[in-house]
Amino acid sequence: MNRLPRWLAHHVAALRVVVVLTLALGLLYPLAMTGIAQAVFGRGAGGSLVEKDGKIAGSELVGQSFTGTDGEPIKRYFQSRPSAAGDGYDPGATGAGNQGSESVVDVLPDPADPESGKLSLLTQVCARSKAVGELEQVSGARPYCTSDGVGAVLGVFREQGLSGRATRVVSLNQACPATPFLAAYEGVAVECAKPGDDYSKALVVPVRGDAPAHPAVPADAVTASGSGLDPHISPAYADLQAPRVARERGLSLDRVEDVIKQNTTGRALGFLGEPGVNVLTLNLALDRES
Amino acid sequence: MYGWLQALFVLTLLVVLHVPVGDYMARTLDGGRHLAIERRLYRICGIDPDREQDWRHYLLALMAFSVLGIAALFALLTLQGSLPWSLGHPGMSWELALHTAVSFTTNTSWQNYAGEATTGHLAVMAGLGVQGFASAAVGMCVGLALIRGLVRRGGTEIGNFWVDLVRSVFRVLLPLAVLFGIVLICMGVQQNLDGAQAVNTVAGGTQTLIGGPVGSWEPVKLMTGDGGGFFNASSAHPFENPSSLSDSLEILIMLIVPTAFIRTFGRMAGNLRLGWTMLTVVGILFGLLLIAGNLAQAAHTGTVAQAVGAQTEGTETRFGIPASTLFGVSATASADGALNASYDSFSSLGGGVLLAAMMLGEIAPGGTGSGLYGLIMVVLVAIFLGGLMVGRTPEFLGKRIGFTEMRFVVLYSLVSPTLILAFTGLAVGLPAGVSSMGNVGAHGLTEVLYAYTSNVNSNGSAMAGLNGNTMFYNLTMTAAMFIGRYLPIAFVLALAGSLVRQQPQAVTAGTLRTQGVSFVALATGVALIVALLNFLPALSLGPLADGLLG
Repeated sequence: MNRLPRWLAHHVAALRVVVVLTLALGLLYPLAMTGIAQAVFGRGAGGSLVEKDGKIAGSELVGQSFTGTDGEPIKRYFQSRPSAAGDGYDPGATGAGNQGSESVVDVLPDPADPESGKLSLLTQVCARSKAVGELEQVSGARPYCTSDGVGAVLGVFREQGLSGRATRVVSLNQACPATPFLAAYEGVAVECAKPGDDYSKALVVPVRGDAPAHPAVPADAVTASGSGLDPHISPAYADLQAPRVARERGLSLDRVEDVIKQNTTGRALGFLGEPGVNVLTLNLALDRES
Repeated sequence: MYGWLQALFVLTLLVVLHVPVGDYMARTLDGGRHLAIERRLYRICGIDPDREQDWRHYLLALMAFSVLGIAALFALLTLQGSLPWSLGHPGMSWELALHTAVSFTTNTSWQNYAGEATTGHLAVMAGLGVQGFASAAVGMCVGLALIRGLVRRGGTEIGNFWVDLVRSVFRVLLPLAVLFGIVLICMGVQQNLDGAQAVNTVAGGTQTLIGGPVGSWEPVKLMTGDGGGFFNASSAHPFENPSSLSDSLEILIMLIVPTAFIRTFGRMAGNLRLGWTMLTVVGILFGLLLIAGNLAQAAHTGTVAQAVGAQTEGTETRFGIPASTLFGVSATASADGALNASYDSFSSLGGGVLLAAMMLGEIAPGGTGSGLYGLIMVVLVAIFLGGLMVGRTPEFLGKRIGFTEMRFVVLYSLVSPTLILAFTGLAVGLPAGVSSMGNVGAHGLTEVLYAYTSNVNSNGSAMAGLNGNTMFYNLTMTAAMFIGRYLPIAFVLALAGSLVRQQPQAVTAGTLRTQGVSFVALATGVALIVALLNFLPALSLGPLADGLLG
């Protein structure tokens, strides 16, 4: 070693250190941790699996979809939050929608190809709110949403581009032949949007409308989570769903609310995080009852 | 309300714990005897642990270790398909493997791929995990070298890189990882070597659960400032972060080593008061970021947030919005790229706060080791400016801050803004850069600015709407990470080499005192002003335009 020039000696040492660290930190450490974990914390280390009728039916930490093959909610089950993981609650594609708070203009689908286009976050929120409202028989109205469940957003063309008299107004998220949510804006008749037309010169103006600031459908029911696997819903969303589930299962509302309570996790230590209702264990508990 | 209580709880715990951990680090990392097992390790590796290095050899050893680390990780990632425990995943393409290898070796851990769909257990454990430890230890080595430059009296040696590396890994990072890992597993984080397991769901569908050694990965990811998720969703994933209790612990794990290192500095300098002074600066900066972030998130001024009624898009129910903000600020301010919510869906101004946390140079408390040397750089600028203002000699711990020293400090400070702004400008000027944006307009610019800020500053935090797995982003980000990590390190070590030669001067009435309210205000102000001057124009076009005009 000592005969090597020092710069070369550094590289030889580096190579050996990389090998040693790989063995110690890359194999010994995780394998020893696995051994300890399996021996002492078997259930949690194994993924907190839950069973239904003796078969593994998922993990209590990982949310599931409670929809039928048609994608529609199964009415006897509490519904989870919207999910951006794959087609919904896919652990192979976790993540969020990653759209910002000013994602308000849809790319309308080409009529020849209904799968094309891209919905803005606003329209997704409006559509979910409308659907949940219909399912739970409450108003799905929200600020900045049209009654047909898209973002209430106008594209306003003005005389001098950014300023001046409005010359043409388009409801950007309502594809023709829809009836625009406003008949007229600053005295100009509002048009429906034609897919493929270029509205990029128009000023984007979201219209709040007169929906209440605290809608009947809770916030978590219309937004996707960070992981796409959120196992919880808010107590407010569980309460909203309770009458429907009680009706569908022929249980008393009181009984369903009891089961909700048993599957609610409060704030840890009384003040950390937010309370949540575990949808999977809640539905499993109800399946055991009826 | 509960959000502030949680922040208070975690930060109090942090301040209490940083004292013993920092004292332990000072005692065990510098000087003292080698353990028998360490001696054997040095002998196997052909290292003379008692031969110290000047700054050039220290840097050479560091670079040799880092470049070989990149090569080893690159090989592992590209050959993954032919190795055991790959879970059937093929090797990465060369440009993605290069990006990923540099990303984890530079302690950035930006991921242009989704973990669950790309990396098998061997790649995570023996590749990414090893570099998680190693890259953090490299940061600690540079921090130690700079401290020695400041506290030693003459000579040219600033320590032995290999000894610093081995001790950082085996005496600090590994024991803490074992401890935190076991606590997290106890809280429900999974730890097994299972692959994918298909189950029939309650509603009659199927779901494929993915197992893995998450519990041993998690403390490495958090503590080392590494931040790359085992899963794409990182700490938002319930297997990585099952409850609000584990969430609080994870925030603490992210902050503990960088914060304790400030104490280590105070202890090694024989000036604990200096440690507290610097911690106060860090606390003020962190507090400002947290308050700004919480206000922005709670105001939910964006159109979608007003339609929803809260900033819930991209957040997990069990954490809630304030805990997601606390996690986000902690992660970006500590150079940890982890997330427990979608930063892309933060309010425009809230996302701007995270960006600002990185643009501050990640000194509050910053990365493992890198936070300390970044903070010392800011303190040196403050001392120099303060000295000029009142006509006192700029000195720090008795070492004169002269022309040579300031040249390295200024060069250090210029690297990150230059790289960030140049690469962002390049990306928004080229179609290959624009086409990857996940959002249009000002928010798209924010995504790109966030990406290069995160890469240059070795953070790894992402606004995930941006599709980074393209030839353009893989290669430019690789360059940004490599230069953004090692060029500043070279300047820090050169500075240490310059400082260590000086005999400390006696403290006189003419010395600027590095304590008290006025110095704290000066240092905090310098940190803010330097960052703002560099980045205000870019911030105006990105998050500010997005939040104020939207």
